[in-house]
Amino acid sequence: MTFEAGARAALSDAQLRGALRHATTLFAEKRRAAMATAPDWEGARDRARAIKDETLLHLDRYLDQFTASAERAGARMHWARDAGEACAIIGWIAEQRGARTIVKSKSMATEEIHLNAALARRGIEPIETDLGEYIIQLAGETPSHIVAPAIHKTKGQIAALFAEKLGIAPSDDAAALTAAARQALRRRFAEADIGISGVNFAVAETGTILILENEGNARLTTSLPRTHIALMGIEKVIPRFADLEVFLQLLPRSGTGQVLTAYQSLLTGVKRHPDDEGPDELHIVLLDNGRSRMLAAPVTRQTLACIRCGACLNACPVYRQIGGHAYGAVYAGPIGAILTPQLIGIERAAHLPYASSLCGACRDVCPVKIDIPAVLLHLRAEVVAQHAGKRRVFERLAFRAYAAVMARPRLYERVMRLARALHITPPLRAWTKWRDLRPLAPRSFREEWRRGLKKEGTG
Amino acid sequence: MRVSLFVTCLADQIWPSAAIGAVRVLRRVGCSVEFDERQTCCGQPAFNTGYRPEARTLAQRFIEIFEGSGTDAIVSPSGSCTAMVHHYHDLLEDAAWRARANAVAERTYELSTFLVNRLGVEDVGASFAGRLTWHDACHGLRDLGLKSEPRRLLRHVRGAELIELPNAESCCGFGGTFSVKHPEISVAMLDEKVEAIEAAGVDAVVSGDSCLMQIGGRLSRRGSSVRALHLADVLASTA
Repeated sequence: MTFEAGARAALSDAQLRGALRHATTLFAEKRRAAMATAPDWEGARDRARAIKDETLLHLDRYLDQFTASAERAGARMHWARDAGEACAIIGWIAEQRGARTIVKSKSMATEEIHLNAALARRGIEPIETDLGEYIIQLAGETPSHIVAPAIHKTKGQIAALFAEKLGIAPSDDAAALTAAARQALRRRFAEADIGISGVNFAVAETGTILILENEGNARLTTSLPRTHIALMGIEKVIPRFADLEVFLQLLPRSGTGQVLTAYQSLLTGVKRHPDDEGPDELHIVLLDNGRSRMLAAPVTRQTLACIRCGACLNACPVYRQIGGHAYGAVYAGPIGAILTPQLIGIERAAHLPYASSLCGACRDVCPVKIDIPAVLLHLRAEVVAQHAGKRRVFERLAFRAYAAVMARPRLYERVMRLARALHITPPLRAWTKWRDLRPLAPRSFREEWRRGLKKEGTG
Repeated sequence: MRVSLFVTCLADQIWPSAAIGAVRVLRRVGCSVEFDERQTCCGQPAFNTGYRPEARTLAQRFIEIFEGSGTDAIVSPSGSCTAMVHHYHDLLEDAAWRARANAVAERTYELSTFLVNRLGVEDVGASFAGRLTWHDACHGLRDLGLKSEPRRLLRHVRGAELIELPNAESCCGFGGTFSVKHPEISVAMLDEKVEAIEAAGVDAVVSGDSCLMQIGGRLSRRGSSVRALHLADVLASTA
């Protein structure tokens, strides 16, 4: 489905728009309230960005340090150049362990590499254990929001889905629905051979990975099965343990409007003693998948500062109208519009940099101050320069003509005078179908200037 | 103070009353206004759509025309075109051009910021009978940080009452070529704005940018009696 078709479908879906409006408004309000509890919000944003910039500038060094620290703590490290390699590594580990079922906590990186489909092809059943992800998996859909995967669904739709898939009595009670999911999932936790998680932050100094969540499912995923596999983009590494302080201020407040998530799991290596908790094996898969390309220039590099809070989605007036699926990509919204073309190649996502009015609301809320509009503009220039995506014959000609006319003031005036005399209006049905087009003024400003305005003041 | 008017191509051709109003208001507060007829477009449509070579041509033209004006300030009735001049630095890669771009950008102001912050004027002697609301155009608001300036000017207009929109800061969906590349999304965004304007019970929505074509075009299509006015239209009014 094209972006246009997806957007049109979303705009005519009253349930989806209602659910989106409600949830994004609530997230934005909670974010504002939580922000106010931070002692120095702007200072925290600046410090976080500075840490990210410093890390990204020396990413090779920090990844080496993280690898060494994590290995010392007993983790086994794997490097994946792309999605295919990451799926192969994880699939191989699972097959070696004879895994039949795998429980997963929420991870956008696993969505990015389409891990579930890859595991299914090997006859391994992946089970999503985050409530939102579980809903999406039952529905056979994909997440439409980085933080709230099922944000596009109403409670009524979830109730109907659970009644159909879990065989429970239809109920509109959120607590009853949650309890039904919990009951179904507890069994799956007990039988799972492997747990797969994402990573929010990886500390180079100590080899620790941090996972934030609210449901306790990530803690179960990473501690109950004997093998834990953590998949992380290479940009998740931060230098020092103490750096977590600032990111723990920013991420929960920006993401869900919480001062802190219910669970913060700090995992360093494997258990040392048979009586310890945790898995016998920890595998950490470092995923590049296009990220190292973004390091080349500062304008694209800032994309990697993203901590996946989702605040830009909630603030984006385009996302708020159409939701995540219309973008046709794993990562939706403003961050998706800059991340996706850089991950999968601009040729395959040439429409995304244009899926924005450039209003800048995303930049206002970004906890690490990514200048998303600047990256969108950079990518638009790339689209045009590389002839990516659909052919833009008319557009190219129009802009060439526009520049040629605007560079010649006398020609400009003659063209506009002719348009005025002949009542020529641009063929803008895309405008006039919904909006009246303001006609050219009877006289241009420059004509008024010559006809007396110039002298008016002196006269 | 000597001021160069940066009229913008849209004001020149479609909304000249905004530029005429700007000239009259500037003169009323004691400025002498100059207008260089070589100026056309700042290049923003090309820049925002990804046509950088075209935008660069027009940016360099703009710099050449305005850097030698010898005036104290360059003043424009548009926030987004002013913001474009402030973006020239990102568009031009050559260091010498960047320096020239910065020098021009430093003295380029949007009308309300020039009046309030540079001249320290909030009462321009305008009168306008009616209930008004201010729509924050995105580039003025977020690129130039203009928020209180137009409101302070409007509060001093005799006979006018300023009503705040609950969603004054949300995008109206214009976004230049976005409005025709993605018209359905653009209009969905627009309708939230227009509904809030209608619910506010105002006589006119006032702004300082091309959003006026978008908001005004939808208001008139819906048969609304609410008018879309440029800030300079209101500030120039003495009726």
